[in-house]
Amino acid sequence: MCGIVGLFLKDKSLEPQLGAMLTEMLITMTDRGPDSAGIAIYGGADDGAGKITVQSPQPEKDFADLDRELKDAIGKPVGMVIRSTHAVLEVPVDQVEAARSALAELRPGLKVMSVGDSLEIYKEVGLPKDVASRFELAKMRGTHGIGHTRMATESAVTTNGAHPFSTGSDQCLVHNGSLSNHSSLRRMLAHEGIYTETMNDTEVGAAYLTWRMKNGATLGEALEGTLEDLDGFFTFVVGTHDGFGVVRDPIACKPAVMAETDQYVAFGSEYRALVSLPGIDTARVWEPEPATVYFWNH
Amino acid sequence: MQKFDLEAQGLRALNAALHALNGQTNETAWEVVNPKGSHSIAVGLDAPIELTVHGSTGYYCAGMNKQATIRVKGSAGPGLAENMMSGAVIVDGNASQYAGATGRGGLLVIKGDASSRCGVSMKGINIVVHGNIGHMSAFMAQSGNLVVLGDAGDALGDSLYEARLFVRGSVKSLGADCVEKEMRPEHLELLADLLKQGEAEHLAKPEEFKRYGSARNLYNFNIDNASAY
Repeated sequence: MCGIVGLFLKDKSLEPQLGAMLTEMLITMTDRGPDSAGIAIYGGADDGAGKITVQSPQPEKDFADLDRELKDAIGKPVGMVIRSTHAVLEVPVDQVEAARSALAELRPGLKVMSVGDSLEIYKEVGLPKDVASRFELAKMRGTHGIGHTRMATESAVTTNGAHPFSTGSDQCLVHNGSLSNHSSLRRMLAHEGIYTETMNDTEVGAAYLTWRMKNGATLGEALEGTLEDLDGFFTFVVGTHDGFGVVRDPIACKPAVMAETDQYVAFGSEYRALVSLPGIDTARVWEPEPATVYFWNH
Repeated sequence: MQKFDLEAQGLRALNAALHALNGQTNETAWEVVNPKGSHSIAVGLDAPIELTVHGSTGYYCAGMNKQATIRVKGSAGPGLAENMMSGAVIVDGNASQYAGATGRGGLLVIKGDASSRCGVSMKGINIVVHGNIGHMSAFMAQSGNLVVLGDAGDALGDSLYEARLFVRGSVKSLGADCVEKEMRPEHLELLADLLKQGEAEHLAKPEEFKRYGSARNLYNFNIDNASAY
């Protein structure tokens, strides 16, 4: 089944509450997906800092002294915020690639969840309310974000099988559905030099978008491409540095509801995920059409 | 008037109270407040009551209804009034996917738009939609009437049996074996009655509609139609 949510703020005064609003939406979707949960949150862009979110099954060991060792390796200042099994490393934006290479040497066991200048991703196995509280998602601020509650179908219940998936800088995707041609697409993408880390179908969807955009497509064009090239059922919600997009496959079996007010655009697998948002009673509420790309930018 | 706060009292208590009415009752007026998109509200009713839901509902609202008149003062999620046997369901807002699916009787009125697969496999229900309907509506519909004041999406009436489809606006495409048919006096009469029942007689006139039905080419196996089965 899976539950997906997304919130794109137009009103800056809501930014301190983004995490709290998304958390409530996420927890409401627990019975669509109790296996794992995750959230991608965009904030603090253009402050000159690049962000690398990493995850470790042994955070005490892996995160100890990591900021100091990384600083020594790249010769630039490094900030680190640890949240449970995740840590966000902040480095000058032009040092992100160098830091990523250094991390692979320093802590080969770390998984990189996301890279970019505004994106942070937190995801773990467990009930959405437990995942939300271990990362204190409700306290986070930001401009937009997406979230997912997973009922696993195409790959194992693991941290790395949880959504959101990020395969490019400041790009991420959550998915409700299942893709049937992910194996052949994974091979095709590998030929093109785009490698996925898991056996999960959704990661292939994310990697497909990254590949298309790497070859010059806009996000809108890449999303159009999914309608031709991906087989199976999907409702995708995607985030970029400054944008938020939605697409459903042409059969559109997977549910989707959107709401828009002067203050925000919101997405939920079900309407009840949206009921606590301010002004929802007078919002424009609609079901996105099949095979139609919706996109908003800041 | 029985007033039920769904948030405070919970879904099981609501449906248990409604099921306890069991066919006949003097408690004929019910109100449900704080639905907040909850699932399975007022499912399986079998009593001649009037129930109003104040707000939007989630999946399967008013499923398997018999006798009751259920009004939703909001929008309804997927599976609205599935397999209705009799009675009426009236939604002020929009309805999500497969509204009125497999319904065997009764009346479903959607005053906004309906989404994909409206009336899929309908078997005797009457459905009146004031707005538009989505793709694959009335797929394998067997009997009953679907009236649409707005437009229809792709593949209307695919693999249709004997249900009658009346659409006032445009039809994006017709499904396999669905064709436009002549509107005879008996159809205009039927449609006038359905518009009245569907609280839409002030919105449209019967002669503004086109009728669609089965070409009956798929009823018996014919090798020339193999690709359409």
